[in-house]
Amino acid sequence: MNIFDILGPVMVGPSSSHTAGAVRIGAISRKLLADKPVKAEIYFHGSFALTGVGHGTDKAIVAGLLGMETNDMRIPESMEIAKEEGLEFSISKINLKDAHPNSALIKLKGENGRELEILAASVGGGRISIEQIDGIETHFSGDYPTLIVHNIDQPGHVAEVTSALSHHSINIAALNLYRNKRGGYAVMIAETDQPIPDSVVKWLEHLEGVIKVTYLNM
Amino acid sequence: MSFDSVKELLELSNKNSKKIWELVYEDDYNERNVSRKNSWDKMRAMWIAMKASSDNYDGKLKSHSGLSGGNGLIMREYKDKCISGSFMGEVMAEAISVAESNACMKCIVAAPTAGSCGVLPAVLIPYVKKHNTDEDTIIKALYTSAGFGQIIAKRAFIAGASGGCQAEIGSASAMAAAMLVYLEGGTNEQSATAMAFALKSLLGLVCDPVAGLVEVPCVKRNVIGAVNAVTCADMAMAGIKSVIPPDEVIDAMREVGLSMPSALRETGEGGLAATPTGLRIAADMPGLGE
Repeated sequence: MNIFDILGPVMVGPSSSHTAGAVRIGAISRKLLADKPVKAEIYFHGSFALTGVGHGTDKAIVAGLLGMETNDMRIPESMEIAKEEGLEFSISKINLKDAHPNSALIKLKGENGRELEILAASVGGGRISIEQIDGIETHFSGDYPTLIVHNIDQPGHVAEVTSALSHHSINIAALNLYRNKRGGYAVMIAETDQPIPDSVVKWLEHLEGVIKVTYLNM
Repeated sequence: MSFDSVKELLELSNKNSKKIWELVYEDDYNERNVSRKNSWDKMRAMWIAMKASSDNYDGKLKSHSGLSGGNGLIMREYKDKCISGSFMGEVMAEAISVAESNACMKCIVAAPTAGSCGVLPAVLIPYVKKHNTDEDTIIKALYTSAGFGQIIAKRAFIAGASGGCQAEIGSASAMAAAMLVYLEGGTNEQSATAMAFALKSLLGLVCDPVAGLVEVPCVKRNVIGAVNAVTCADMAMAGIKSVIPPDEVIDAMREVGLSMPSALRETGEGGLAATPTGLRIAADMPGLGE
């Protein structure tokens, strides 16, 4: 926590968790989709479902999906702006098992046909945690430059990623691996201290067994 | 961040003959690995945004729930008739105005949280106006306040869901009190004493928002946070000492917060939220898709 987590952020109110955090969830979802979202099914769980309307959580998530930041004065009008920008959305309640009280599940479709399902939680003070991507458990905050590699669960992919990062003198702050089953679909999340060049992302995308690579630098 | 206690912060300042703001500033640009200018400009941006959150107040706005709005304007018009004088009247008016702006989805600076965003600007804006304080001094004052806030966040908490309103308005008030002492030319120790007074005075304050919204009683609690900061800074400047040292006060806030039942920690299930009127308001609140 640095002093600007204490004195700051500059944000549209009323709640750091239910408004600012929700904007960040929307914004990170858009980045992870890596496409302009045209359709969004948004589901609110727990306190988001109970007090979300009063806190503008609905407007905040839509604002984030439109690419707005937490201090964007247009957040209160995001739903009208979504119509103008061709983002079709629906918001409803959901009851998720074992999810954080401030959670949202978002199913996104992009204009180039990319799809993404994301489960994210607003964990306080505007900080968030991405809990699942496409049904696979994750857990990262987006506070660091983050590389997300989707690959077939087979030997060698961790070595490829870490050696590529090491060649560019990029230090890994945290590395986590998740998979749906042995030899199945795996996701690797690398949070780094330095930004990752596009060339590294492109190189990784072309490796055999790598399905999708997403890079996030909020 | 490098400061674990107020004691450590004071010892380091005195050893190096530095003011608290200098240590907090140096620690920030070292810790985040940015230039001195980057840190300074960022703090300056916080001050500009704080001023804007007051300037952009619109007394005609109502929050989505209809529970907040308009009282800042009423207080701004009344401030010169206040029993406590026009300075305190302005402090009260600013606290309500900024907190109402927050409830109405306008831009504010979370300090330390969105719910307590009115406290710092409420004391700073009238003070600066009265004393014609230059911008560099204001930024130094904000570093002082953030330094104490960081220690509170590290030793205890700053979220209502974790430790009740004492952790939000209490922490904001403590930060504001230390800041005012700096502006008044007080010593590092006097800043720490004012921080301790402010936190002590709001110890035990519960977080009981009606219908779970950051509105009732949060908007008006910003007033007590701000007014308390002024009186605590005055006591410290007068030379009054705190019997319980600052770090022990922060630790006591943590203990009190931990022993608070969850109904009194931002769940909207206890205190004012659980009164017949609070429950009726919650029941009438439109939900998702209604």
